[in-house]
Formats: sequence, C-alpha cells, structure tokens
Amino acid sequence: MAERRYTKTHEWVVVDGKTVTVGITDFAQSQLGDVVFLELPSPGRKLAVRESFGVVESVKAASDLYSPVAGQVSAVNEKLTAKPELINSDPYGDGWIMKVELTGDLPPGLLDEADYKKVAEAGAS
Amino acid sequence: MVDFGGWELPQQYTSIRDEHLAVRKVAGLFDISHMGRLVVEGAGAESYLQHLFTNDLASLAPGHAIYTLMCKEDGGAIDDLVVYREAADRFLVVVNAANREKDTEWMRKHITAGVSMSDHTEDMSLIAFQGPRAHALLPPGSSPTADIPYFGFRPGKIAGISALVSRTGYTGEDGFELFIDSPRVGDAWDAILSHGKAEGVLPAGLGARDATRLEAALRLYGNDMDETVNPYEAGLGWTVKLGKGDFIGRDALAKVKESGPRRTLAGLETAAGDIPRHGARVSHAGRRAGVITSGTHSFFLGHPIALALMEGPSLRVGEKVTVEVRGREAPAEVVKLPFYRGSARSAVAPANP
Repeated sequence: MAERRYTKTHEWVVVDGKTVTVGITDFAQSQLGDVVFLELPSPGRKLAVRESFGVVESVKAASDLYSPVAGQVSAVNEKLTAKPELINSDPYGDGWIMKVELTGDLPPGLLDEADYKKVAEAGAS
Repeated sequence: MVDFGGWELPQQYTSIRDEHLAVRKVAGLFDISHMGRLVVEGAGAESYLQHLFTNDLASLAPGHAIYTLMCKEDGGAIDDLVVYREAADRFLVVVNAANREKDTEWMRKHITAGVSMSDHTEDMSLIAFQGPRAHALLPPGSSPTADIPYFGFRPGKIAGISALVSRTGYTGEDGFELFIDSPRVGDAWDAILSHGKAEGVLPAGLGARDATRLEAALRLYGNDMDETVNPYEAGLGWTVKLGKGDFIGRDALAKVKESGPRRTLAGLETAAGDIPRHGARVSHAGRRAGVITSGTHSFFLGHPIALALMEGPSLRVGEKVTVEVRGREAPAEVVKLPFYRGSARSAVAPANP
C-alpha cells in the first residue's frame, strides 16, 4: 500500500501509478460529526487542483470537498450513497470518496502524516 | 464541545445517530444543567407569576408542572419555560440557558411585595432520562414512577440519591427530568448509565437533543421564536389564556388572536441530503414565503425535517414549496406536526394541550 498523503483542507490521497484515491481524513470526519449525505462528482469529470468536486453534508453543516490533484474522475464510491456513515466509521478504507486519473504530476505541498498531524492539532479546538 | 448559552456542552458523546436512536428505541441520558432554575416563593408568588406568564397557574395543583411563555407588552416572546408548583406559594421555574440573565432581570423588574426569587442553577443540577424504556430502566434504589402523571413531579430517589423526579421532557418520549443536588448528580448519572448500558442506554448530547425535540416539533427559543415572534405565530396559542385576568402582553395578544397571526410555523420535509438550515429562504410558487427556523437530518425518520416561519396564513399539508439548500432551490413538502409522536403520547396529556 502506497503512503497516504494529506492536504491542509483535510483530504487524503493514495497514489498507485496514475490512479489517485481520494477521501477525507479521520480528523475531518470527527469535526463534521455524523455524515448524512454526499454530493459526488460524475465519472469522467475533469478536475483542477483545489476545485470543489462535491459536498459532504453532516448533521452540523454542509462542507465543500476540494480536489487535492488535477485529473479525471474515474470512479466514485457508490457505497456512500446508501451508507454515507462509512465516512465516519472507516474514513481511510471503505469510506474512500473517488478515484482520479492523474493529469501530469502530483501538485506540490501534499503533507506527510507527521506534518498533517500538526495541521490537525492546530485546527482542533 | 460547543458553547451553548455560555455552557460548554457536548454535541455528541459517541455519535448523534446512535444517541438519537437510543432515545427513540431504549432511553438516553442528557445533561441539561445549563437550563436556568429559579425558585419563586412567597404569599404573592402565584399572582406575581400569573401577571408574567401567558398560561394559567390558578388551576395548577402542587406536584404539577405547566409549559408557558413569558411575553413583552407587545406580545413578543421573552422565553418559553416550564413552571413547577412545589407548594401553594412556592414555584420552580426552568428557563432557557441563554435567557437566564435576561429573564431574571425582567422578573426582578416586575417583582411584587411578598415574593422572593432565588437562582439555583448552580447548586441544583438537572439531567433528563428519556425514552420508551426509561421507567423500566431506572437503577435499583429508585422510587416507583408509574403513577406520576405526565407533567407531574414528586420528591423521590434515584439509585438511593434524593431527587425531584419529574415526568417531563423535550424529546417526545416518556421519561424524566431529574433535579438533583449538584454534589450527588454525578453518582446518579453513573448509576443510570451503568444499569442501562447492557440494554442500550447511552449518554446523549446536544445533537440528539435537537433532533428529538425537532421530530416532536417542540420549539427551540432563539431558533423558532424570539422577541419578534408572538405565541400565536409560533403555534403556541394554546399556552395563552386570555380569560385568566390581566397579564403582560394580554392586550396585544388578544388583538393577534382576533385578527389571526401574520405568520405561522409550518413543518417541512425534504429529500435525503437536502438539510434545510436555520435562516434559509423558503419559497412558494416562486416567491419568497418564509424562512427556516430549525432543520436537521432525522436519523429516525430517514430524511431531513424542518420548521419554517411562513408569511401569511398556514399552508395546507401536502403543499409544495422550495428551500434554499447549498445555493439552489430544493423541493420540500408541508407536513403535519409533530413529525413524530413518541412514547410521551401514552402518558396522560397535559391540561389543554
């Protein structure tokens, strides 16, 4: 399993060749609380880095999701339609959100686990 | 943890979903010590409170409680509260946390001879044990509760600890609100949870409290009403007893009742994922028609529910409207209130509901 990397906006990516799996972090799901709905992109949609690609709706609030990479959506996690709570119970596993075929290289600025931990700790209140 | 009227409260202990379902199916335990507790006593206490509150305390016997509003001269709601008559000349008044100072100031301003008021919010704690199995799951050492009527209360024991046991709540379920001396409340809390744990009793936070009270269509002051909203607009005209004699706001409220309220509170349902949020615009036939006052996803019902303060007379059940959700117009339907009637329905209804 490739190393998981993170964004300051609490998404994670795992890169396997040109395929990037995207989700939200455990810290993000704990801050959102119980997720009740996800608005997911259609496969085939082209995304730029930092482009909003969907919405996660929790009991507390609706939050935009931002693409950590540039590329084309190749798959979305259909299980989330019926079971959005997978985002809470397994954010790094069955709660993955989408797969993107990378266009070009990974953007600079993705964080490793230690650096992301600092970001999350600073954001926790 | 979130700030709620100056009190630090948990949104959830584990998960809003699990806590919400525990309250509906078994029982949940809420810490509601943030609610203000005021004792009003003295020979003139009844006539003093009759002058402040819209509901009628004259027929309220000791050991019984009543839901009421306190209004300004113009009929706007200062707060909604529950009044417990402990004795002929002694009342316990439970007010919203965020309104405690405002209410105290208002009540002191109008105080009359022979009446004293004291604040017991700190020395007397308040927890609520709510759910269809709350009676059955009280821990050993608790007084019998089956014969306490709905909106009745009496001194008793919970796990051997002295408590004022009140058959009231804010979830639509049967159950109790327990007033306990603050030094002992932690022991009662632990005893209820450890006794009920195997049966599925959970501690429940603000998220579950908001969802259950909204399903039961119980109003939340500060969201569903404020000083610009009168009881008739909030759908709480039943708490206004115009015939009981003079009270603050009576003249204004009598006029509202005669002409009909300018606005009405309606229940709305939306599709999964379209959670109407407080302040969102509601439109009817393409025109602005109201505003969302409360909205959440109901894990129990499986879809979002909301209350909306609508301009004009009430819409018919089944009427289609739209709500602004994430910048678009989401379809919504007017539904009957409450959204859900819990086990409190099997308890004896309060007088003149």
